[in-house]
Amino acid sequence: MSTEFVIRGLKAEIEGKEILKGIDLKIQGGEIHAIMGPNGTGKSTLASALMGHPKYEVTEGQVSLNGEDVLEMAVDERARAGLFLAMQYPSEITGVTNADFLRSAINARRGEGNEISLIKFVRLMEGKMKTLEMNPEFMHRYLNEGFSGGEKKRNEILQMMMLEPNLVILDEIDSGLDIDALKIVADGVNAMRAEDRGFLIITHYQRLLNYVKPDFVHVMMQGRIVKSGGPELAERLEAEGYEWVKEELGIVDETVGQA
Amino acid sequence: MSTPITSFGREAAAAVSRSKNEPAWLVSWREEAGELAAKLELPKPEKMPLVRWTLDQYGAHRPGTPVASAQDLPAAIAQLLPEDKQGALIVQHNSSVVFTRLSAELQAQGVILTSLEEAARTHEALVKPRLMTAYRRDEHKLAAVHGALWNGGVFLYVPKNVDIEFPIQSLSFADDASATFMPHILIVAESNSRLSFVQQAATLLGASEGSTVLHNSAVEVFAGPGAHVRYAAVHHMDAAVVDVAYRRAVLDNDARVEWIIGDLHNGNTLTDTKSILNGNGSVSDSKIISVGTGSQRMSLTTGAVHFGKSSESDMVTRAVMKEEATAIINGITKIEHGATKANGQQTEKVLMLSPKARGDANPILLIDEDDVKAGHAASVGQVNPEQVHYLMSRGINRKEAERLIVHGFLDPVVAEIPLAGLREQLHRILERKLG
Repeated sequence: MSTEFVIRGLKAEIEGKEILKGIDLKIQGGEIHAIMGPNGTGKSTLASALMGHPKYEVTEGQVSLNGEDVLEMAVDERARAGLFLAMQYPSEITGVTNADFLRSAINARRGEGNEISLIKFVRLMEGKMKTLEMNPEFMHRYLNEGFSGGEKKRNEILQMMMLEPNLVILDEIDSGLDIDALKIVADGVNAMRAEDRGFLIITHYQRLLNYVKPDFVHVMMQGRIVKSGGPELAERLEAEGYEWVKEELGIVDETVGQA
Repeated sequence: MSTPITSFGREAAAAVSRSKNEPAWLVSWREEAGELAAKLELPKPEKMPLVRWTLDQYGAHRPGTPVASAQDLPAAIAQLLPEDKQGALIVQHNSSVVFTRLSAELQAQGVILTSLEEAARTHEALVKPRLMTAYRRDEHKLAAVHGALWNGGVFLYVPKNVDIEFPIQSLSFADDASATFMPHILIVAESNSRLSFVQQAATLLGASEGSTVLHNSAVEVFAGPGAHVRYAAVHHMDAAVVDVAYRRAVLDNDARVEWIIGDLHNGNTLTDTKSILNGNGSVSDSKIISVGTGSQRMSLTTGAVHFGKSSESDMVTRAVMKEEATAIINGITKIEHGATKANGQQTEKVLMLSPKARGDANPILLIDEDDVKAGHAASVGQVNPEQVHYLMSRGINRKEAERLIVHGFLDPVVAEIPLAGLREQLHRILERKLG
């Protein structure tokens, strides 16, 4: 089944303040889209609203994944439908080991009576952790507890690789990573590129895009996508910054909802 | 005060003691306790008045039937003991100890494991100078009653340099609501010895509704220089039982004591777990979990008293409160003058699962020395919605996400239980209590 993820006219607010002012985006399986933009322009809000974070209220618009209405679904249903968000600030959960958590997540997707065997699960997890050059002891550590910033990001990518979603959103996955970790994370993403899987990469640096080549690049300002292009757009942003975009579009303050 | 104690005192205590043929020193020791019991007031735990608790049902002497082998233990008892049929074991049934097992190898090394009643006869020199010196008969009425009436019990003596690898197990079990059920556990760990002790208190009272059983228990651990004692306990008795558990450890130089406690009782609970760090370089580590359900009232106190220089204590209590349960959780770190370089830390965390549940965390630091470190952290809150969202975002439904978080909240203590079989049993108890 070929993946199609469509966002139409999406508006969302937090505590009554509108942050997303109408987002339109279409991602097909096999495509990598990057959303770039300075801080405070609504990029992370888009990621959180798509996943269904309770703090964000969607006020208008539609989101569909393979024809199914995403906004009608609870957060866990979205995940089981194939949506995955690698979070900028993953939660730490005491007492729940990484392995127990991931097995619950995998089994939630597979459904009752179709649970993954323990041995198969352990092999799968060990294999993916090796790819990501993660210390095997992280399997039995409490979820994200005491992980460094970089370890948390790797753990997000590990979850992506284990859960094999159809539509992956990476929210600032590159922040806090040194160059070696960045390459490992990028390799992980590249290994997951597939015809039936779309990616939405949110970042404000070009550097991740040196390792994960996007097909489309979008610039977000004031809660909207204000400019779209190919990979060359990312390169120009890296070289020249965002000022020229603002000048071209007559934008003075690119941020949104900042008190 | 509910029913005033008129019939219990010096004479009654001595009568019970004589009826059990206890040695003369113990008869008169109990007489003193009986006299104190008639005079002293109930303890006054913070914010938890005990006046409405039924604390005067002392029961009568109802010994269990001794058995020759573990196979002969009643099925209800046997199923509480983890599968491992090895290691030392002592079982109390109602008012007396019915079974003791200690390998010939440990006996040859000088290890003693008997009921405390037996030890009072056969090892007076080891018992008498220590019995109820860490938890004194004159602390309050419950202590005095315990002194007058403790029965069965455990005496464990581990000689110098003896290292016992496999945990020693103790089970106190009651199935007769009319029985006096007041075990006292006395552990003496001589210098540089090592041991793990795993204790359970359970009941199967069946249809004895309306009556209240007082489980008035105590533990005293004496850890000699360099001794390491790990004490794990799980209390899970019927709601008709009031669980009183005073636990004390006295630490000599460089001794180390770990408390790993599951206060998972289903009725009213008063526990007080304290380490007295007399020795320089001594270390105490306490981890306590509790789950309150129904209309349970619980007072859970941890304490550390530092006398020794460079002594260290860490106390963690984690409680999950459901329905209309109330828990008052106190952590008391006391650092005495002269205990330089001491370090006392404590954390109390309460997770509330219902709007009618109540949990109070009271960290108390009493410091009489300048050159020390001390710290506390306390929190009372609900399940963190960010954590629920994170788990749900991976496909786990809300109910399962909350279950994982609540069990996880208690796991740092559960994971420390030194017997795999008991750990699994603890998981079953938690499943039952947490629903």
